[in-house]
Amino acid sequence: MTARQPVRVLGKASGRLATMGPGFGFLTVFLLVPLALVLSYTVFRRGRFGGVVHEPTGENFARLADPLYLEVVAGSVKLAAITTLLALLLGYPTAYLIARLPARWKVIALVAVVLPFWTNFLIRTYAWIVLLNSEGPVNSGLKALGLGPVELLYTDGAIVAGLLYAYLPLMILPLYSAVERLDPELREASANLGARPARTFWSVTLPLSLPGVLTGCVFVFVFVPSLGNFVIPELLGGGRRIMVGNLIRDQFLKARDWPFGSVLALAVVAVLVLLLFAQAWAARRAGRGA
Amino acid sequence: MTLISIDGVSRRFGEVTALDSVSLDIRQGEFFALLGPSGCGKTTLLRILAGFEQPDIGSVRLDGADLLAIPAHRRPVNLMFQSYALFPHMSVEKNVAYGLERERLPRAEIRERVAAVLETVGLAAQARRRPHELSGGQRQRVALARAVVKRPRLLLLDEPLSALDKKVRSEMQLELKRLQHEVGITFVVVTHDQEEAMSLADRIAVLNGGRVEQVDTPVDLYERPRTPFVAGFIGASNLFTGRATGKGLDVDGLGVLPAPAGPVEGGTAMLAVRPERIRLGPVTDGRGALRGRVVDVSFYGGVSHVALSVAGHDRTVLAATQGRARVEAGAEVALSWDADDGALVPLTP
Ligand SMILES: Nc1ncnc2c1ncn2[C@@H]1O[C@H](COP(=O)(O)OP(=O)(O)O)[C@@H](O)[C@H]1O
Ligand SMILES: [Mg+2]
Repeated sequence: MTARQPVRVLGKASGRLATMGPGFGFLTVFLLVPLALVLSYTVFRRGRFGGVVHEPTGENFARLADPLYLEVVAGSVKLAAITTLLALLLGYPTAYLIARLPARWKVIALVAVVLPFWTNFLIRTYAWIVLLNSEGPVNSGLKALGLGPVELLYTDGAIVAGLLYAYLPLMILPLYSAVERLDPELREASANLGARPARTFWSVTLPLSLPGVLTGCVFVFVFVPSLGNFVIPELLGGGRRIMVGNLIRDQFLKARDWPFGSVLALAVVAVLVLLLFAQAWAARRAGRGA
Repeated sequence: MTLISIDGVSRRFGEVTALDSVSLDIRQGEFFALLGPSGCGKTTLLRILAGFEQPDIGSVRLDGADLLAIPAHRRPVNLMFQSYALFPHMSVEKNVAYGLERERLPRAEIRERVAAVLETVGLAAQARRRPHELSGGQRQRVALARAVVKRPRLLLLDEPLSALDKKVRSEMQLELKRLQHEVGITFVVVTHDQEEAMSLADRIAVLNGGRVEQVDTPVDLYERPRTPFVAGFIGASNLFTGRATGKGLDVDGLGVLPAPAGPVEGGTAMLAVRPERIRLGPVTDGRGALRGRVVDVSFYGGVSHVALSVAGHDRTVLAATQGRARVEAGAEVALSWDADDGALVPLTP
């Protein structure tokens, strides 16, 4: 269900505009107008102290091809992809185990998964600095084993750890709901037909939970490069690694180049929309008749 | 020859006793039915045979070897699930081929056997469809094909026809019987529909509350119920409770009713008389076992049912006659039956 919602909501919006007055008004004010503004900025020249000068130009888009920025984009995509992959590898077994717990333990486990969300995001990120710095508990442990100290903080590894920690629940929750929904009789049918447990997993459980896998990956991948995380690269990466989020923020707040910032933001939105459509398409394919 | 030997199997779920020391022998090549009301443990027994459930105590042997020691995926037993449990992401032919692929058979052979079984169940044209594109009856046939194509020693069918409407159901009953004849596999079919069990099975085990009440051929079950539950559950029966004597069953308020001589002389017993065994006649002194007044007559084409009220008996007595009934509502009639047409069931005091 959750996996298919984006498409359904869009479909209904076009069909029943009249009944959706209030919601549509909200969307218009808080989503469509800002998006239209960002879109319009992309084709104008930058103002000297921010804002735009209303002279049409295509050069903002041309700058996107600058190797300097491509490198930032490629670096962000790399870190986001690594984070997403690790989140999947950690999240799938976790979600699978939770889904097969007795009902009471399920609730406890799910609460434990979302609990960090109730703590301030910055505090959680600072906690990683405490953990990873050269005098921190991780390095003390490594030293005691004769393996350290190792430079942990201000590395790509620290960024990935921070991102992973922040966004893992976004992977676990859709996976959990996908695995939980699977009819246990399908696994039994597979065993009954002669499949070992591993074969049952590859041929039945995994394909049928693919919509959840895709939703989780899209959530983590999209949230990682586009949202909030200019904080994590800065705090845990020590500002050495610039991700798309940092770049966009810097264009608006430091370089005062709103048009180019808008182009970058638009590019992220475009990727996001593409991924959501891919996810919805796959979910619909996999979910039919399930 | 005994294929499956179930001995003293019990299974509890918390407070619920799903199976209570069940012992059954199922013979090679027979069509065996497990019949009983909903919740009596039928599915639990099938799940134990398939390996999804372990009994608390008791043993199950297949060809004399311990079946319970074999994991589910290596048992020569296939189950057709009550819900069908078709893989929604696979086409009909992929669903059917799944079990053969697990046996690592050559592709050509798999293709051949899948095509053959789909032909048998009349789904050759639907081979490429997904389960959600099929009707209920077609899905049921895919589930059947998927289980049969493995040529198991034992095929288990859990209420295979319950989701189908009446007309399709009787067609499928014939189909099942023909199929069992053709492939020669031992079938165990679970049902709560006694007519279905009667028409399909060579032998029927009646389950009640996790216990086996009686195992018999359909005819013997019908004519010679051995427990009160079976007497009441199988077919419509007129039941009388009394004390068995040498001359019949002595029922308070009704007198001595014709009953077969049984080993229960002197004890309390239940007499079951089938409606079609009861003859109705004019009231003449001293004739007939009981006297009753006709309450209702219903005509069902081939047979008529006559409902009678009998003074001193709190339940309506049912008689069935061939063709049209020759009595009318309100008439006083005499009821009679031969002693040997009743079945006498001992009641434990
Ligand atoms: N996994 C289970 N957990 C708890 N109770 C169960 C479970 N499986 C079956 N039961 C109970 O055992 C009894 C027999 O169930 P079942 O074998 O499904 O009956 P049937 O198939 O004859 O309708 C029922 O009371 C049912 O509620
Ligand atoms: Mg059942």
